[in-house]
Amino acid sequence: MKQTDTQSPEHFHKVVNCQYACPAHTPVPEYIRLIAERRYTDAYMVNWQSNVFPGVLGRVCDRPCEPACRRGRVEETPVAICRLKRVAADHKEDIADRLPTIPTEKNGKRIGLIGAGPASLTVARDLLPLGYQVTIFDRDAKAGGMVRSQIPAFRLPEEVLDEEVDRVLDMGVETRFGTDITSMKSLLEENFDAVFVGTGAPSGRDLKIPGRDEAGEQVQVGINWLAGVAFGHITETTKNVIVLGGGNTAMDCCRTALRLGAKAVNVVVRSSYEDMKASPWEKDDAQAEGITFVNHHVPKDYVIEDGKLVGMRFDVVESVYDENGKRSLVPTGQEPVFIAADTVLVAIGQDAKFPWIEPGLGIEFDNWGMPVLNDQTLQSTRPGLFFGGDAAFGPENVITAVAHGHQAALSIDLYCQGKDLVEERPAETYDLISQKMGVHEWSYQNVVSNDERQAVPHMDLGDALQRIDAEVELGFDERLALKEAARCLSCDVHTVFTTNRCIECGACEDICPMDCINFADNGEEQDLRSRLRVPACDSEEDLYVSADLKTGQVMVKDEDLCLHCGLCAERCPTGAWDMQKFILKLA
Amino acid sequence: MSFLKSKFRHPKLPRNDLGLTQQAYEGPLSTLCAGCGHDAIGASIIQACHELSIPPHRIAKLSGIGCSSKAPTYFLDKAHGFNSVHGRMPSIVTGANMANRDLVYIGMSGDGDTSAIGMGQFAHVVRRRLNMLYLVANNGVYGLTKGQTSATADEGSLSKQGQANPLEGIDLVTMAIQLGATFVARSFSGDKRELLPLIKAGLSHNGFAFIDIVSPCVTFNNHAGSTKSYDYVRDHVTTGAVTDFVPVEEEIIVSSSDSEAQDICLHDGSILRLQKTGNEYDPQDRQQALAAIEQSRQQDRILTGLLYVDPAAQDLHEVLGTTDKPLNSLGERALCPGSDVLEVINDSFR
Repeated sequence: MKQTDTQSPEHFHKVVNCQYACPAHTPVPEYIRLIAERRYTDAYMVNWQSNVFPGVLGRVCDRPCEPACRRGRVEETPVAICRLKRVAADHKEDIADRLPTIPTEKNGKRIGLIGAGPASLTVARDLLPLGYQVTIFDRDAKAGGMVRSQIPAFRLPEEVLDEEVDRVLDMGVETRFGTDITSMKSLLEENFDAVFVGTGAPSGRDLKIPGRDEAGEQVQVGINWLAGVAFGHITETTKNVIVLGGGNTAMDCCRTALRLGAKAVNVVVRSSYEDMKASPWEKDDAQAEGITFVNHHVPKDYVIEDGKLVGMRFDVVESVYDENGKRSLVPTGQEPVFIAADTVLVAIGQDAKFPWIEPGLGIEFDNWGMPVLNDQTLQSTRPGLFFGGDAAFGPENVITAVAHGHQAALSIDLYCQGKDLVEERPAETYDLISQKMGVHEWSYQNVVSNDERQAVPHMDLGDALQRIDAEVELGFDERLALKEAARCLSCDVHTVFTTNRCIECGACEDICPMDCINFADNGEEQDLRSRLRVPACDSEEDLYVSADLKTGQVMVKDEDLCLHCGLCAERCPTGAWDMQKFILKLA
Repeated sequence: MSFLKSKFRHPKLPRNDLGLTQQAYEGPLSTLCAGCGHDAIGASIIQACHELSIPPHRIAKLSGIGCSSKAPTYFLDKAHGFNSVHGRMPSIVTGANMANRDLVYIGMSGDGDTSAIGMGQFAHVVRRRLNMLYLVANNGVYGLTKGQTSATADEGSLSKQGQANPLEGIDLVTMAIQLGATFVARSFSGDKRELLPLIKAGLSHNGFAFIDIVSPCVTFNNHAGSTKSYDYVRDHVTTGAVTDFVPVEEEIIVSSSDSEAQDICLHDGSILRLQKTGNEYDPQDRQQALAAIEQSRQQDRILTGLLYVDPAAQDLHEVLGTTDKPLNSLGERALCPGSDVLEVINDSFR
């Protein structure tokens, strides 16, 4: 293998699994370290800079970081990253004096943002400090988008959302809320210098099977129903509720129904329990509240008696996987199963739709009705028009919308300066800073905690079900937070190897608790992987390969399970190993 | 912030025949200087014992005084251990071995402990052909007393202060062969690929196995001008017999490329496989071994690898005809057969 390229950030960035997995590349270990030092406000600001909505995301983030967390491979469970983010938000002090100043003298560029969800708000947050004038349009009366309309208050209290949304709006956004946007053409006539579309995926799918027309209002599209609850239009439900679908919207629907008075709530899903799309913790929370999951049932028809919906019938299937792991649902041949219901909530998916964008504006759409975009710049086929969030590539999650917002803001800034969006886009760079303080002394917590993951305390279930706006999760208190923060392995503090200092004494190889470090004859990657102290043939984590050493061997480090404990650097007599903190500098 | 080794280990660590991972053979974190060759020797002992599936509690590790002799603390913490008086490890291990022949004995010594204060003890334990593995971590310097030249330092080798050693160094492998050791090897702590099979073979050998391991002292003897530095040793190594160790259970498949390899069957059925290197070194020829060692020395080369082996030799228990059971497993009747038997014995001398 060739010597690992450490000039570009790629190698070291990937080793910080959580940060790499985060669409917004939030420096997770950095803020966890600050939490461990009880510097909650600093931790919040690290987050705010990167993901704009730490209080919101600390509750409802999809957490792509957690399955990626190295701790989950070293032992069983990842660090509770998301809940620690909430700790920073819950414990922070006033941050008003830390916010960027908004220039009173504007740069003369006007930007229109359509939809007031997380994507547009991120664009606004990034552009306002640069002197842009920003106008946000939304059909709802308040900003927040799907975070406000679809996420129930028992998961995300309204005041938390208000605080972080208002922080952006208070930077001087012109708001045009409460009116439907019906024409892109007329909007473009306002001659904005650039327009960003962050309208989400507001169109929930209905399930048109026999009996649907007769069932009428007794069948509701999940996200519309949730929005009705959020805005206070819907305050009660019926006794027996079926929720169709196995995603997070289904989980929110069933738990909300329980709070609105439903006595029996069945979530009916085509797939197996394991294959359900909902996040594992949301499934756990729903089950803990007494929701029944009915898996491997495919809707057959709505059952109508006397003109009223009384239930649904389902065909029973099983999951069969072929050799490529591709799943098919095969009927078992059983009699259809009847489940009683007087309300059905359909949560089987949602789409972005653009009926308000007229043809002939130079905005091309693909076969699935999604805009044709440059993946990196998010620019549409009409130069001054950008898309982001669920409106760009279909439903994803809040943190992806934030990441899109950053990229779009960068694109808009380049575009307004007449620069090339790709060629002149600032490159990602990084710094590595040695953490050595003295003999056996590092400026980070290098001793690895053996504690298991701390569970987040929940409020009493009986009380929780009484009030729709009572937040179920209480969050970590300081004691739990510090324990959990100590579990972070500080993967951003890298083992950095300097080939020409190595005398090949093997001390690092001997001391490494995880047998990551090897001295071996070089070879092709698969061959080399098979010859490691612990072979890593199936691993997707990179190898860190040095240049040729004096003996002709190379140092090969399997980055997979490194604890970043620094013992290699402790035991290195020549300083060939050093522990250096990685700071990614995004544009 | 501090200096602790995590309890976590790689979840895919290989398990040996006893179902143990290498962790069961480790010791606490070393306090030797960072980069000390002795730690690499310890790591090789851990790996060898693990791969041979020796139950950790069936091993006894014994040592004298010195950096080398504190090294056993850092491996095999579930084994029996005895840190003896300076240079007196051979006496202790002889007593232990005579009392319990079922344990695996590893003696860890250094150039001072063996070739200076313990020379008399060393000579006699070799001569006795005690069934043990005797390791010398040889760095040519007295590290614990701040770097004086030791008895194995080569003539002309410079100390850290720049003084040339005026005296000839003691060559322990030559002595061991002359004194009757039946397994003699030399290796280098910086070359685990050579060291590991030698340790495994030495542990499997029935009789006295001796390995002189050049183990650089990073603090006092790793400078230009030293003949026991990492760089000097790497530049001056000549390999005698290159050895692979094939344990008993592994089926022996001789491929065409191995057809010229020479196998030496050890007492327990395991095999030492000598790779054909073209230098025609025969480690079963004692005379040739001594000549080759001397020839290398004259050419400023360090001859490593398996230097001499007599796989059929008898160990001390066989020579003395001792009981084939450990004394602690014999009952009172066997140990103390009574005055009648004593009478018979006494009569036999009359």
